[in-house]
Amino acid sequence: MNILSGNRPGALPLTLLLIVVVGCLALAPFLFPGTRALDTAAKICIFILLAASYDLTLGYGGIVSFAHTMFFGLGAYGVALMLDHLGRGWLPMIGGAAAGAAAAAALAFVIALFSLRVRAIFFAMITLAVASAMAVLVSQLSGLTGGEDGLNYQIPRELTPAFRIGKLFDVTVNGKILNYYLVFAGCTVLFLLLLRIVSSPFGRVLEAIRENDFRAEAIGYPVLRYRAAATCISAAVAALAGALYAIWLRYVGPGTTLSMEIMIDILLMVVIGGMGTMYGAILGATLFVLAQTYLQDLMGAGAEALSAVPLAARLLDPDRWLLWLGVLFILSVYFFPTGVVGRLRAMAARSARST
Amino acid sequence: MPDPVLETRGLTIRFGGHVAVDHVSCAFMPGELTAIVGPNGAGKTTYFNIISGQLPASEGNVLLRGEDITRLPASERTRRGIGRAFQLTNLFPALSVFENVRLAVQAKAGRGMRFLSMASAHRSLAARAEAVLEEVRLTRLAGQPVSALSHGDQRKLEVALLIALEPSVFMFDEPTAGMSVDEAPVVLDLIARLKAEGGHTILLVEHKLSVIRSLADRIIVLHNGALAADGPPAEVMASAVVQEAYLGQELADV
Ligand SMILES: Nc1ncnc2c1ncn2[C@@H]1O[C@H](COP(=O)(O)OP(=O)(O)O)[C@@H](O)[C@H]1O
Ligand SMILES: [Mg+2]
Repeated sequence: MNILSGNRPGALPLTLLLIVVVGCLALAPFLFPGTRALDTAAKICIFILLAASYDLTLGYGGIVSFAHTMFFGLGAYGVALMLDHLGRGWLPMIGGAAAGAAAAAALAFVIALFSLRVRAIFFAMITLAVASAMAVLVSQLSGLTGGEDGLNYQIPRELTPAFRIGKLFDVTVNGKILNYYLVFAGCTVLFLLLLRIVSSPFGRVLEAIRENDFRAEAIGYPVLRYRAAATCISAAVAALAGALYAIWLRYVGPGTTLSMEIMIDILLMVVIGGMGTMYGAILGATLFVLAQTYLQDLMGAGAEALSAVPLAARLLDPDRWLLWLGVLFILSVYFFPTGVVGRLRAMAARSARST
Repeated sequence: MPDPVLETRGLTIRFGGHVAVDHVSCAFMPGELTAIVGPNGAGKTTYFNIISGQLPASEGNVLLRGEDITRLPASERTRRGIGRAFQLTNLFPALSVFENVRLAVQAKAGRGMRFLSMASAHRSLAARAEAVLEEVRLTRLAGQPVSALSHGDQRKLEVALLIALEPSVFMFDEPTAGMSVDEAPVVLDLIARLKAEGGHTILLVEHKLSVIRSLADRIIVLHNGALAADGPPAEVMASAVVQEAYLGQELADV
C-alpha cells in the first residue's frame, strides 16, 4: 500500500497482530454484538488515534507534553457546546469539531512559542499548568460547560439507536452502528494521515530533532518552528479524537476528557506500544483499554475459581484490579523498554539474521 | 580587491570573567583557504561557534557578504551559506548514515516543511545524498546506523554533512583529528578538491604542519582568544609569535 510505504510495520508477527486488531475493530459490531463490546471498540479506536497523535510529539519530536487531554477535551467540548447550545444537527456537530481543532491548534501554537524556546522541561511544566488551569476553568464555568456534571446533548438522529436500517448477519443495523463506523472511519483516516506525516520530509526532521536538536539546527532546520508545528498538528488531531468521543458518548464531562488520569493513560499506551513507531499506539491503546475494561471481570472469575485458597482469592478480588493493572504496566515497561512494537521488530531482526 | 564573504569585527565572547575570544577582526575572501592555528584552548572552536551561531557574541559583529548576521539563529546562518563541521562528532546516532546525509541535503533544498509527501519520494534528494556519500567513500556503510561506525568513518560523515549543505563558507574544525593515517587523505583530498573548484571560502582549524603547508593560502593564529598573527603561511610560520604560541606544543610535523 502506497500510503504505508517507507513506514511498514516491519516484522511479520507485528503485521499479523495489527491486521487482527484492525480487522476486529472494522467488524466489531458483527463480531462482538452488545453495547458494552461496541463501547469498548469505539473507545479503542479513539484512544488509538489519541495515543498516535501523542506519539507524534513524544516519540517523534521528543517533546513531553501534559496538555494532550486538554486538546482532547477542547474537541469534545467543541462538539458538546455546539450541540447543546445550537441544538441537534450535523452542522453544529461538524462546526464544533472544527472549532475545537482550531482552538487546540491555536492554543498549542501559543504554548509552543512561549515555552519551547527555553527548555524541554519548561515546556512540560507549562503544559501541565495550562492543562490544570483549563480543567479548573471548565468546572468553574458551570453555566456554559455544565461544570463537574458535564453536558448531555442530542446528536443527529441518524447516529442514534432509534434510527433503524435493517438486518445484516443477524445484527440489527441502526444509527448506533453507523455512529461506530463514523468513529472507525474518522480514526482510520486521521491515523493514516499521521502515518503519512511521520514518513514525510517533515517527519524525518522531527526524528532528527529528537536525535540531536543541536545538529538539526546547525544543518539549517529552525528547531523551534518544527517543534511548534508538530505540537499544533498533534493538538488538532487530539481535538478531533475528542470530537469523535463526544459524538459517540453523547456526553462530555471533565472526567471523560480532561482528567490527568487520562493523560497518564495515554502516556502509558504510547510507552507500552512503543514510542516513535505510530503502530505502537494501536497495540498500546488496545491492550490498555481491554485491560481497563475486562480485567475486573477476569479477576472476578479468577477469585471465584480460587475461592478455596484464602490469600489468592483476596489478591484476585475485583477491587484490586488497579493494583494488578499497575503491576502489569511495571512488568511490561521493564520487559519491553522499547514497547511491544520495538520488541517484535527486534525479534524479527534477530531471526532474519540467524537464517 | 573583491569584497570579503565573511568578516568578523571585534568579535568577543566572555564566559564569566574569562575572555575566550578577544576582539577578533578578520575578513575572509572568496576562494581563499585560511588555516586557523593555535594551541588547545586558544579559542578556535569558540570563534567558529560564534560565527556559525552556536554561541552568542558578547561583543562585535559577524558579517556575511556585508550583511550583519550576529543576531541570527544558527539555522538561518546555515540557510544563508555558512556551513560547519564539528570538532567533536555531532551526528544523528540512531539514524542511518544515508539518512544523516539525506537530512542535510533536504535542509539545503528547503523541503523540511513538506507534510504530505513521502520523504522517500523525493528522489533527487536521495540521489544527491548518494553522491555525497560516494565522495567521502561511505557508500558501503549507507544503511548502517551511525552508532555502528568507527571513529574515522564518523569523522568522514561529519564532513559529508557539510558537503551536502553546499555552503559558500566551509568551516572545518580539526576534520582529521583521531583519524588513522590511511583514512585522513579521504578528507584532506576532499578539502583540496573544494579548494581547486574555486569560489569557496574555506576556514580550516588544523594542527598538522604538512597539511597547512599544502593547502593554506593564509594562516591566522589565535592565542588566548586574541588574533596573534595573520598572513601568508611561510611568513606566519617563521614568526616569533607562532613559536611562542606553540611553545612546548609544536605544530605536529607529519
Ligand atoms: N560554553 C563554554 N563555557 C565556558 N567556557 C567555555 C565554553 N566554550 C569554551 N570555553 C572556554 O573557552 C576556551 C577556548 O576553548 P576552545 O574554543 O574550545 O579552544 P580550541 O578550540 O582553540 O582548543 C577554553 O578555555 C574553554 O574552556
Ligand atoms: Mg577546538
